[in-house]
Amino acid sequence: MTDCYIYDHVRTPRGKGKASGALHDITALQLATQVLQAVRDRNDLDTSRVDDVVLGCVSPIGEQGADIARTAVLNADYDQSVAGVQINRFCASGLEATNMAAAQVMSGQADLSIGGGVEAMSRVPMGSDGGAWPSNPEAAFKTYFVPQGVSADLIATKYGFSRDAVDAFAVESQKRAAHSWEKGYFNKSVVPVKDQLGLVALDHDEHLRPETTMQSLASLDPSFAALADFAGFDKVILQRYPEVEKINYVHHAGNSSGIVDGAAAILLGSKQAGEELGLKPRARIRSFASVGSEPSIMLTGPEHVTRKALKRAGMAVDDIDLYELNEAFAAVVLRFSQALGIEHDKLNVNGGAIAMGHPLGATGAMILGTVLDELERRDLNSALATLCVGGGMGTATIIERV
Amino acid sequence: MENFNLEVDSDGIALVTWDMPGRSMNVISAAVIQEMTDWIGKVKDDDAIKGVVLTSGKDSFCAGADLEEMEGGVFGSSGDLSQEEMAAAFEKVYALNRLLRSLETCGKPVAAAINGTALGGGLEVVLACHYRVAADNPKAQLGLPEAKVGLMPGGGGTQRLPRLIGVIACAPLILEGKGLAPAKALKSGVIHKVVPAGQVVSDAKRWVKEEGDPVQPWDKKGYAIPGGGPHDKDGMQNFVIGNSMLHAKTYGNYPAQKHIMSALYEGLLVPMDAALRIESRYFLKTLLRPEAGNMIRTLFLSIQELTKGARRPSGEAATDVKKVGVLGAGMMGAGIAYVSAMSGIEVVLIDMSQEGADKGKDYSVKLLDKRIERRRATEEKKQEVLARITPTTDYALLEGADLIIEAVFEDRKIKADVTAKAEAVIPKASIFGSNTSTLPITGLALESARPDQFIGVHFFSPVDKMPLVEIILGEKTNDKALAVALDYVKKIKKTPIVVNDSRGFYTSRCFGTYVREGMNMLAEGIAPALIENAGKMTGMPVAPLAMTDEVSLDLSYHVQQQTKKDLGQHYEEMPGDRIVEKMVAELDRKGRKNGKGFYEYPKEGEKFLWPGLSELAAVAADQPEVDELKKRLLYIQALETARCFEENVLVDVRDADVGSILGWGFAPYTGGTLSFIDMIGVRKFVEECDVMAQKYGKRFAPGALLRDMAEANDSFYKRFNPKGTKAAA
Repeated sequence: MTDCYIYDHVRTPRGKGKASGALHDITALQLATQVLQAVRDRNDLDTSRVDDVVLGCVSPIGEQGADIARTAVLNADYDQSVAGVQINRFCASGLEATNMAAAQVMSGQADLSIGGGVEAMSRVPMGSDGGAWPSNPEAAFKTYFVPQGVSADLIATKYGFSRDAVDAFAVESQKRAAHSWEKGYFNKSVVPVKDQLGLVALDHDEHLRPETTMQSLASLDPSFAALADFAGFDKVILQRYPEVEKINYVHHAGNSSGIVDGAAAILLGSKQAGEELGLKPRARIRSFASVGSEPSIMLTGPEHVTRKALKRAGMAVDDIDLYELNEAFAAVVLRFSQALGIEHDKLNVNGGAIAMGHPLGATGAMILGTVLDELERRDLNSALATLCVGGGMGTATIIERV
Repeated sequence: MENFNLEVDSDGIALVTWDMPGRSMNVISAAVIQEMTDWIGKVKDDDAIKGVVLTSGKDSFCAGADLEEMEGGVFGSSGDLSQEEMAAAFEKVYALNRLLRSLETCGKPVAAAINGTALGGGLEVVLACHYRVAADNPKAQLGLPEAKVGLMPGGGGTQRLPRLIGVIACAPLILEGKGLAPAKALKSGVIHKVVPAGQVVSDAKRWVKEEGDPVQPWDKKGYAIPGGGPHDKDGMQNFVIGNSMLHAKTYGNYPAQKHIMSALYEGLLVPMDAALRIESRYFLKTLLRPEAGNMIRTLFLSIQELTKGARRPSGEAATDVKKVGVLGAGMMGAGIAYVSAMSGIEVVLIDMSQEGADKGKDYSVKLLDKRIERRRATEEKKQEVLARITPTTDYALLEGADLIIEAVFEDRKIKADVTAKAEAVIPKASIFGSNTSTLPITGLALESARPDQFIGVHFFSPVDKMPLVEIILGEKTNDKALAVALDYVKKIKKTPIVVNDSRGFYTSRCFGTYVREGMNMLAEGIAPALIENAGKMTGMPVAPLAMTDEVSLDLSYHVQQQTKKDLGQHYEEMPGDRIVEKMVAELDRKGRKNGKGFYEYPKEGEKFLWPGLSELAAVAADQPEVDELKKRLLYIQALETARCFEENVLVDVRDADVGSILGWGFAPYTGGTLSFIDMIGVRKFVEECDVMAQKYGKRFAPGALLRDMAEANDSFYKRFNPKGTKAAA
């Protein structure tokens, strides 16, 4: 098998996913185009050497439809020989795209590829692509479908995370993210987004609330209690988890991932291709995996996929220096940490999506890049990035520096 | 044509009058479908016919499908059909959809003149017409009640109704079978117009002449489903939320409702022709499920038969019960007085004090006021009903009563006392009924001077809402007493079952096994939440520990102590016994009534399981699968019913099934406790009970009757078919 290396990665700053967000007047195509251009320009890349661009996108309709990856390739003035494909593994799309792009290299069927993702959530709202899973009775009944927030609250209930525990986690995420921005840890990889005139539209993550405290979070009402009660989602999930008496609703906007716009791209390739183009490898893809697990609790996949990826790499939990788990909901990370015995000082050390936001299709590539930068900064060796995924899935990637 | 009459007037309008001979109501039968095919063909081909007005020659328009004809059909044969048989069965059920589609696309305007109630297939026929005008009759009902008996609409109802009024508005009509009076149907858009009775045909003709658009809205260009289709903007949430609501409410136990949702979802994504094929497939799928046959049999046919007097001794002349004496004006007595007075019966309501008797009558005042509030009664009606109730302490007023219903405290001495007092006054021929729920009738009859006229008349609480009355025959009760009791039950419009004497009779005895099994589980170390969720998931209305709290633990304790005393060494000690004893005797946790039981009842907020339960019985590290608990909870009730049958407490399978659902809410989708055993298969049921007897105790051991039936590979409805040789569904 050919080794696959990461040569570079970039991401956009994350704009608030609403009409007042700084990226709301920037198209999804531009977000994808600009990260592809940045990868090219930073590396003086001969794009005709790139075999494929794989981009994650979770709501591939409207302006994000019709294979936005190929559209972005052409719009970024890549060589027309570069293919593009858009994939959807829900929240892990950006990481899955990277894994698929890497797999082409590892299997010897590509020399150079780009993985990444894009999601303009302020423009193409989450869920706007419809789908059979929650709406087709056949699927909804079979999977005991509930919205993710209810699943997250079940995790908190079942595994004993109180409102204080999830809020404390959120406060820490904000603190870490603010600290990392302040110290410039993200500067290397964040490329400002330009507007139609070429002016900077956004150069920092605008979702952060560094002033967040336990007191400020305490004033927020749980987000999913009323909906669950109205639609009976709690009764549905308790049919799947009958050992639980009732759901303790602890999640709210302040301890869940933020809705944001953003894009990311990771340049991957074989050793030989890198040498030919004068690129310096920064890390090797050691293993990756995706799994399915029980779909109704939905968000406990990271534990399972981490074990799978570690096994594939012949590693143990402690062999990994830094972990990055997407902060979809605080309880997801707390459960992961509890299940695998991973201390918070190795996990999401720069904060996460609770503070900075979760642009669905792009986040996976963003957190893989973030943890690589941090490995380099701390001069550590190995990292694992993972995300919980709708339908009970999980995706993970293990990298090691070279 | 036998069932329709077709007359063409001078304007070329064919007036088709549906009037089935020898029936009080029109139904959709195979013959009706054939004749409709004929006249629709004629309408289409005959150039002299310009349009159609369809009406009925009965008081009502049409009551729906002929369920009795259907009962002999393909119910419950799921899985056994070959591909060819399945395809043939589809063609059979699709015939109605094909027919109604040909009606709405015949190219000529078709107006429905809805002179009265149109239910099920009846409403579906009019939905396939281009114009619907109904007579202004508040008692008429337009609706699709199929789901209430485990069926789904199969004549386009799941497709035309949402296309007319939207998914949200049609959900309660299709999924819950809620009916609409014409005025409401007009408001919600189901029909076009309401006119005074007698003018429906002329208005329908007017429409054909003046407007007469022969194209349905959904066949027009640019048509959009009101509120959006399943994947239109805003439309999807209807399904996401609707699926959850349905799953939450049904626990996935009701195939009809789920199939209706699928027919709605899949059907609304395609044009009408494809939609109707989809509906017919789900309709057939539903029909093939045992739940459909069981529910129709019990909830429609058997209830109807029992209510009409199937169990009444034929030799006894009918009695019109005009005066009833109710002894005891507590909650039950007050309720019995109310339902009797509402049915035009004069009531003497006796209590120990005038104050107590008055309070009993006040209950009727309260209920009547509520009815007035809901516009279901007038002040005049209230006064009329109240005038029939005489609250008193004076037994002399019982003079002339046809029937006494004793509803005093469950104490033999008190009961004996009031029996003697009443019998001293009432006519020789009067029947004495006791509303006891626990004390055997034969024993109570010993205190009566006329034990052959003594009978159990067991009401359920709250009396005004619960539709069942359990009639209990003592050893000496004669046919006359039974006939009078049944005539009375008929008059108050409730459904009777007739059982023989036993401890707890039939309903209390079997219901008791459910709550006791919950306590047994608790004693075994099963997590309380798991027990409760398992209970809800079986389709029982209330979880077992919650139910025990509702009926109160001291009552359970009292029954347990009494049974122990009566049975002596034959008493089978159960794991849960010590739980009840400790809860009541040591911890004073009596249930909701004293604010603490298996649950805590905080002043604000919802009740929650008492955390101290884990000290009462340590929660085991290994917990069983919820399916095993569900099985235990349902099987123990069905098993006790089979025992009642074996012991001759029950003699008619209809009493068993109807009593279990109407009496204590036994999982209705099963069709009742004995239908449940038949659905599992007696042989498998016995095998599984044997395994459970090994694991949990001999209360799960099947009796000789079940073993014999298993051996013979028999079923209750085969061996004990109440309708003789006719094949059961």
